[in-house]
Amino acid sequence: MVLALGATAIVLAVLLWELSLPRVRALLASVVETRRSRRARAGEHAGHAQRMGYDPGRERRAEQRARALLRSCVNDEEWSMYRDLGFLRIAGRAPQGTPAAPYAYLIYPHRPIVAYLTDSGALLSEYCVAFPDHSRPYGSTRLPDADDVLAKWMALAADERRLIADANMHLPGRQLDPEQVRDDLVRLARWEHERLAADRDRVAAEGERVAAADERSAARRERLARAASARHAQTDGAWIARPARGAGSVPAQ
Amino acid sequence: MKLLRLKPGHGEVVLAEGDVEIPAQEAELIEAFRRELDAGMWAAVPTERRDGRREAELVKDFGEVPRDAERVIFFPRAAGGAPR
Repeated sequence: MVLALGATAIVLAVLLWELSLPRVRALLASVVETRRSRRARAGEHAGHAQRMGYDPGRERRAEQRARALLRSCVNDEEWSMYRDLGFLRIAGRAPQGTPAAPYAYLIYPHRPIVAYLTDSGALLSEYCVAFPDHSRPYGSTRLPDADDVLAKWMALAADERRLIADANMHLPGRQLDPEQVRDDLVRLARWEHERLAADRDRVAAEGERVAAADERSAARRERLARAASARHAQTDGAWIARPARGAGSVPAQ
Repeated sequence: MKLLRLKPGHGEVVLAEGDVEIPAQEAELIEAFRRELDAGMWAAVPTERRDGRREAELVKDFGEVPRDAERVIFFPRAAGGAPR
């Protein structure tokens, strides 16, 4: 019995092997082909980099230029947000007759745009969009981080529907960890609160400085007035005490 | 007016610069503008509203660019995608 079962098992194994052999071969061939093409692409990129001349500081300089351009295009708050937090928030398009949209977007460099509800912070969707430059001027299709953010910002600000239509939409969590995004929203709220508090402090300090300056100038005015009245009093006293001009020098008739 | 293009590995480059009120310079600007659009670029004009809010306009023709615009920024067309 055991012998028969063993023989059947061996026959089955051999049959399965025979059946799966073409697939295994195809799989191996595709793996080899993928590796070969990867190696060729890497060689091509290396050759391109060699032709362009290797420059370790290029990306850094590119990013600095990109940040300067972004700074000149967005407002001060948005620039500070990107500098401090690493992403930008842009409000959605408000429906007609309403002052603000109930949703906004978070723009990350080279990562999907995330839409969320501004009231609850609930994540709505991820929009995967890229701006690949297929001319590969320096061997890469990727814009510097700040340029990628600027391109997304310009496209969203100018034509939100078009950009969203061009993007691949996914539910939250496809590429970005929802917990990370929620943390970012918390960081953003804290950042805005601190910024507001700093603005209030600055305004209060400015008010105090103006009040102190007012006090100083009022005291100065008072001092001047007192000095002037004292001078007047002295002058009047002298006028009374002094004989009329030339009175003593009139020759006797 | 300056025409700028965002470039990988470099940041922006100035493609053309000129005064739109001078016909010869305007013609150069128009030529560079068309060349970029033909290469598949999008063109945006950063603007500022009266309340200080910064915005941008996508333009498809040089005639749509406000005459007083300081710069037009070209960048590659958006493509839906996910980095691998």
